[in-house]
Amino acid sequence: MKGNDLNNLVLEDGANIAVVGGGPSGSFFTYFALDFADRYGLDVNIDIFEAKDFTCSGPAGCNHCGGIISESLIQTLSTEGIILPSNVIRRGIESYTMHVEQGTTVIKTPLKEQRIASVFRGFGPRGSVSEIYDSFDNFLLNLCIEKGANKISDRVNEVSRQPDGILVKTKSSFEKKYDLVVSAVGLNKQTYDLFRNVCSSFVPPRTTKTFIGEIYLDGARIDKYFGNSMHVFLLNLPHIKFGALIPKGQYVTLVLLGSDINKKVVSGFLASRQVRDCFPQGTDIENQMACQCYPSINVQGAKSTFDDRVIIIGDTSSSKLYKNGIGAAYITAKAAAKTAIFNGISGREFKKYYQPVCNKLDMDNGVGKFIFLATGIIQKSVALKRGMLSMVISEQKKAAHQRRMSSVLWDTFTGSASYKDIFARFIHPKLILNFLRHTVEKLFTNKPKNTI
Amino acid sequence: MKKNTLGQQYNDGEIIIRQGEEGHCLFVIQEGRVGVFHQKDDKEIKVAELGQADFFGEMGLFEKDVRSCTVRSIGEAKVMTIDKKNFYKTIQQDPSLAYRLLEKMSKRLRDTNKLLK
Repeated sequence: MKGNDLNNLVLEDGANIAVVGGGPSGSFFTYFALDFADRYGLDVNIDIFEAKDFTCSGPAGCNHCGGIISESLIQTLSTEGIILPSNVIRRGIESYTMHVEQGTTVIKTPLKEQRIASVFRGFGPRGSVSEIYDSFDNFLLNLCIEKGANKISDRVNEVSRQPDGILVKTKSSFEKKYDLVVSAVGLNKQTYDLFRNVCSSFVPPRTTKTFIGEIYLDGARIDKYFGNSMHVFLLNLPHIKFGALIPKGQYVTLVLLGSDINKKVVSGFLASRQVRDCFPQGTDIENQMACQCYPSINVQGAKSTFDDRVIIIGDTSSSKLYKNGIGAAYITAKAAAKTAIFNGISGREFKKYYQPVCNKLDMDNGVGKFIFLATGIIQKSVALKRGMLSMVISEQKKAAHQRRMSSVLWDTFTGSASYKDIFARFIHPKLILNFLRHTVEKLFTNKPKNTI
Repeated sequence: MKKNTLGQQYNDGEIIIRQGEEGHCLFVIQEGRVGVFHQKDDKEIKVAELGQADFFGEMGLFEKDVRSCTVRSIGEAKVMTIDKKNFYKTIQQDPSLAYRLLEKMSKRLRDTNKLLK
């Protein structure tokens, strides 16, 4: 029924698809596969396997993520007709507050709109209670169910190749043969190892550890101290490339990116004056942490993420370096859905239509590594940081198109633009000359103006 | 301003786009409702009422002409601006992003044909 010629495998009416993992990549694949199939006049059935209950608070319902939906993804989803409801958005972000040792400045969104959403991937940190809010992952999963997908609340423990399909078995002895199996399991090694049976050349991505902590600080104090601004820190601290505090409902999410992040590195960051100054005086930040984890992130894309009837998407495949992982999940999931519905499900078709999308993400991350290298140099230099701060402060009085450094930093922090695009703007002669001018000027002044 | 919504907030009756003005953005309603009004010979006719996830201003993306209607908020509404440059960049990378836009524009044409009959 579904094409026995392995070189020409296509989905036909009545085809069965298994999506293993109900996080954003699994849900985006399902949503778009069902949408494209409907437009194309193809009848497919999709089962999503997800053992987690996203309506539970704490680790049981969480997918361990900073929970920022970037400006570009929000705009793209809006155009697709996917509107994040107010019970999923914990805070609409309208500015970034940048902290360096030499001072603080606010970078506002060019259109003065709340264009970035902070969300919880699960229901919220351990012990959080709310009848109003919903999790981002649950919202996406429900969109898929509304579109006709079937959610199976079970853990997949075996995936094996059969002559005419892929057999999926679960912990509670459910088994079914599928025409296509989609792996959307994130960086869960135990689960993605299951796919080595059916995707023999698969080379997993390279990962690094990050830190995420949820700091309880009731809504009124969050309004007063953080407002609708995400705070980012470019401090000269060992192991930390980037730190951020993201206001969400009654919590502030702390995200640390870098290398070898451990408890000591986290404590060092929290003890810095710039971080302590963001909180009400006397707050014992570490003791206010309701939840914390050290999740892995993809820092180098996987290889051979497809085979006949099998496709690996999301974090297990290619992601965006340090930022906008959900945006990258959307990109890989949609590319896989388009290929499966319009082109076919053979390894050859995935290589032709899906692989280039992953290659593009990986190549962009190469440029991203260079940008983070440059950011690292600025982070370690007092003179360059003073110059950068002075330039950003002076730019806030100018028209949006003249805020060159602010727009580069905005897109670097938000993950809204490609690294290639950010790099092209970063090496613009006007930006470099202005940056040098501000740096030299600040070398001959005693102290910078600290805040605006 | 509400903390847990996106876009720009408009109060009841506030004009979001004005007929005759230049426009280069698409707008997507995040929350609330808006009314679309066409003015001719000092008379204003309500052409449509739009709600969450509906868009307007799409002609400004494809034509170098002025806005054909005025759009006003009905009650409080939150509206997200989609920049023309971002829109074209994204659609260049992923043309399927235009499916919904084409579908809605086709529906609007069908509705207009019905009205003419």
